[in-house]
Amino acid sequence: MNIAVALDDVHTDALPDASEAGPAPKRVVVAYGFWIFLLSDIVMFSALFAAYAVLVRATAGAPTGAELFNQVSVAIETACLLVSSYTCGLMSVAIGSRRRFGTYFFALVTFVLGAAFLALELREFAGMIAAGATPQRSAFLSAFFTLVGCHGLHVAVGLIWLAVMMAQVATKGFRATVERRLLCFALFWHALDIIWIWLFTVVYLMGGRP
Amino acid sequence: MQYILLTIMIVSAATLGGCTEGVLDPKGPIAAAERQIMFNSLGIMLAIVIPTILATLGVAYWFRSSNKRARYLPDFEYSGRLEMLVWSIPAMTVLLVGGVAWVGSHDLDPRKPIVSTIKPVTVQVVSLDWKWLFIYPDQGVATVNQLTIPIGKPVSFELTSSGVMNSFFVPQLGSQIYTMAGMVTRLQLQADLPGTYRGLSAQYSGNGFADMRFNVDAVPAENFSQWVDATHSAGPVLDTQAYAALAKPSKAVEPFSFGAVAPNLFNGILTAGMRPNDPPSAIHPMSKRAEK
Amino acid sequence: MNLFGKLSWTAIPFDQPIVMIASALMILAIALVLGWVTLKGHWPYLWREWLTSVDHKRIGVMYCVLALIMLLRGFSDAIMMRAQQAVAAGGAQGYLPPEHFDQIFSAHGTIMIFFMAMPFMIGLMNFAVPLQLGIRDVAFPTLNQVSLWLTASGILLTNISLAVGEFAKTGWVAYPPLSELQFSPGVGVDYYLWALQISGVGTLMTGINFVTTILKMRAPGMGYLRMPVFCWTALATNLLIVAAFPVLTATFAMLLLDRYLDFHFFTVEAQGNAMMYVNLFWVWGHPEVYILVLPAFGVFSEVIATFSGKPLFGYRSMVAATMAICVLSFLVWLHHFFTMGASADVNGFFGIMTMIIAVPTGVKVFNWLFTMWGGRVRFTVPVLWSLGFMVTFAIGGMTGVLMAVPPVDFQVHNSLFLVAHFHNVIIGGTVFGAIAGYNYWFPKAFGFKLDERWGRASFWCWLTGFYLAFMPLYVLGLLGMTRRMQHYDNLNWQPWLLVAAIGALVILAGIICQIIQIVVSIRARERHRDVTGDPWNGRTLEWSTPSPPPAWNFNVLPSVTGIDAYWNRKQSARAHPHDAAQAREYEPIEMPKNSATGFITAFFAVVSGFALIWHIWWMAALGVVGALVTILVFAFRDEEEVEIPAERIAQFDRRHQAEVAL
Repeated sequence: MNIAVALDDVHTDALPDASEAGPAPKRVVVAYGFWIFLLSDIVMFSALFAAYAVLVRATAGAPTGAELFNQVSVAIETACLLVSSYTCGLMSVAIGSRRRFGTYFFALVTFVLGAAFLALELREFAGMIAAGATPQRSAFLSAFFTLVGCHGLHVAVGLIWLAVMMAQVATKGFRATVERRLLCFALFWHALDIIWIWLFTVVYLMGGRP
Repeated sequence: MQYILLTIMIVSAATLGGCTEGVLDPKGPIAAAERQIMFNSLGIMLAIVIPTILATLGVAYWFRSSNKRARYLPDFEYSGRLEMLVWSIPAMTVLLVGGVAWVGSHDLDPRKPIVSTIKPVTVQVVSLDWKWLFIYPDQGVATVNQLTIPIGKPVSFELTSSGVMNSFFVPQLGSQIYTMAGMVTRLQLQADLPGTYRGLSAQYSGNGFADMRFNVDAVPAENFSQWVDATHSAGPVLDTQAYAALAKPSKAVEPFSFGAVAPNLFNGILTAGMRPNDPPSAIHPMSKRAEK
Repeated sequence: MNLFGKLSWTAIPFDQPIVMIASALMILAIALVLGWVTLKGHWPYLWREWLTSVDHKRIGVMYCVLALIMLLRGFSDAIMMRAQQAVAAGGAQGYLPPEHFDQIFSAHGTIMIFFMAMPFMIGLMNFAVPLQLGIRDVAFPTLNQVSLWLTASGILLTNISLAVGEFAKTGWVAYPPLSELQFSPGVGVDYYLWALQISGVGTLMTGINFVTTILKMRAPGMGYLRMPVFCWTALATNLLIVAAFPVLTATFAMLLLDRYLDFHFFTVEAQGNAMMYVNLFWVWGHPEVYILVLPAFGVFSEVIATFSGKPLFGYRSMVAATMAICVLSFLVWLHHFFTMGASADVNGFFGIMTMIIAVPTGVKVFNWLFTMWGGRVRFTVPVLWSLGFMVTFAIGGMTGVLMAVPPVDFQVHNSLFLVAHFHNVIIGGTVFGAIAGYNYWFPKAFGFKLDERWGRASFWCWLTGFYLAFMPLYVLGLLGMTRRMQHYDNLNWQPWLLVAAIGALVILAGIICQIIQIVVSIRARERHRDVTGDPWNGRTLEWSTPSPPPAWNFNVLPSVTGIDAYWNRKQSARAHPHDAAQAREYEPIEMPKNSATGFITAFFAVVSGFALIWHIWWMAALGVVGALVTILVFAFRDEEEVEIPAERIAQFDRRHQAEVAL
């Protein structure tokens, strides 16, 4: 059937507006609400980004970004996170097809990649602190640790959430509530990836130049 | 009813007390210009607000349900022409007052030097807990809680803080400006009439805030030179040790003066504000408060 | 390592008699209420019907109750300040030393904004928005409940600070460096920060909840331009919450890091930047005041239209004005610190932007005026508050535009002129709107009207008291008196402060009248009973339900064909009285199940907050774990909904129709 022709026969006035269709189904409502939450989280990150931008030169005699950043490590972290987003997508596909093994497998790979990201980041922080570049040394370091650390904290929370979700799949199967929550998790994970792109551009790429 | 109350208040303010002190009683060009802008803006706004308030009360009263003479227009819910009016009245008012704001912001920018043929007197201001330090770098004297300035000459202020934020404010001379550690703010004021004017901090800064008052003595130019000479001949030296002692918290400090000032003291205080852990700042310690 | 961190018996202010008496009174009041509930055996009912309820109507009522109680606490702070300033003239020091006075004005601002005005508006939105949208509940009912109880956590922590420790002595905005550890070494600022972080999470979740509800869940046929204006203002308010509160969360987190872990965001040393706090705070702070006032605007739109017997004039204009205010409120924040030393271009820009916001606000005032034009205005208590608002807000808005002119602000910033202005708009706008709103919706929530006589008495006391209390402050600001002064030397100021103190007493009389109004109305509730569900001849859908509505709000979801959906239905029913009563098809309704999640999570939040304030790390960890476990228990529950059978709904509807017909 030719959709274009079919629609031409209908008076558009007679079609109800999407806004008049009544309350949306639960899946739509939950996803929409979670998007709004993600936007609010991005606002919070923006405030931290703004603080970082203001304080990026406030090094107070302590080491600067250019002296501290290990671009190789950051590149590997980025790769881990990007690939984990991909495997998270594969997990979502498996959920859609109700394939348990696929779900668990790609969840595990996502978890491992996320954990690798965190491990590398913690190693980076430990190295900086051992070299004396603690967040207590300068305003720039305070801002750096807080911004990057906040993202890392979100990743850690995401990993815990992923583990809980797998427990839910194991005990409750793919019922509607579990599927909605997995959808929210996937959105969260992808959003963290997007924030990381901004982060590593502004902090490491732009700040890594002497 | 309430509007009548308000009028009485404003009128009595103007007649009873408002005219002899505060921002409605300027003693210098900055404060006078600011008062004028206030009156102009107030006039423009009242031209809208008074009719609006009267109309609100009048319309509500006339169209009360017990009034059988009022017409009932249950379908009167839109009128394009009225909408135009309703959007344009506030818009035009705002345009007018906005112009006043833009021009006024530039004319009365605190950093903008006062137009004068006379070289300004420079005063460096440091807000401490809970008193004001005034350094006259060109005259080589300093005072606490007492500001003496010549009339008819612009005074150029450079301001900083030893710790928390304060706000340097002499209502009868004009604009206030914040003082912040590690930063310099600038202000230009001038007194045109002799007298003693009240100065205060307008940004709450802790326990002794209410006593952060100082007097501004605006005196003729010869008297000012005499005052400088007299201050030189008596009083301690304001060096780094004296400053450290001054920086200790104290309130309701009686005005006193220093007969001499160490060179570049203000810069030292400023940079100490940036890095109190560095060696230079050990000489100019920041205000410390007692542990609870 | 001390097991109880910084906490010891010295935390209780035994040496401050006024604080000890106030704490004792507070504990006594709480004990009396809890004791009465226990003696009467009301705990099972209270737990089942209120504390574990996820019903938006119950949650809305509880928010308003919290707000009214906090009004008493915040107002007692106000009376104490007015009394102090009335006597502490010349050399006199008054009865409140600075250590105490400085906590009082900080607590007054914090409580009135975060724990009175916000909960009041959120409570009204909770109660009315789903009913007006023609739906059964908000998008996330359990999240809604958690929001309420987290707000209560913040309230509890703030009130604990009265008896254990101290509150912040920095003003309600807590600027660094004063709020940093170096200059505020006590626990006061920590109480402030944790109480607001915890309740801030709750508020953010409310924002997410209501944006989703309003945009994705409306009755069939209710397109955007058929929503009641109160729902539009609720939408704008909650969009502001979602966009602004995360900034406050981040800012407070940075200050907490400075205080707890010796970071340097805003410290003087190590090149921290205190100006950045001021900017970030007010980027949240200005939208916050619109969060406070927009719902009030919505209430006034509903009240004026209903009691004029006419539709709201210029509906589309009102919607456009509301959304314009929503966007513009993010572009004006610098007007809170014109005197911090920005350039003339920057000051001028923000001054002009601030004035531009006055345009849509002015449009609203004119549209309310034209709503009354050609109407039959019934001077009920909500209408009195609305008229009081229109006059008062015009004055307050005017002084706001005055201060938006930077050279004027240079002279009145932080003076009592500023204090008079913001009380003028917040009391005239938010408080008057809250009181109008709860008088308006009270019959819907409880099934009987409030006493009109005491309502009128309360209004006139509030109105007179407000002008007596705040008009002198405008004068004092012009006379050069700055804010937050524990004592002053200028005796010329004292007469004005005495008048202001009398004004505060008159407002107190107004509050007493409100309390009497509630008591009298409850006693006489059978006489004031609302049987029809429509005591005001209303226009919007909430008036089509019984008073109080059943848990599921509507027996059958209404189908909407225009603005003022209920009014249209009444008109067409009148026009076609002989239409056969439709055979109603009842379907079973699924309602969300009650849950203890909110209450228990909030309990753990209080534990964590208190522990963090006093540096009791093991207790803080326990609290966080407890909250997480509570959430996990909720996540793993099997039954999420309760089904209400169609037969029960049919029975209910038949009974209601019979009552209305009588």
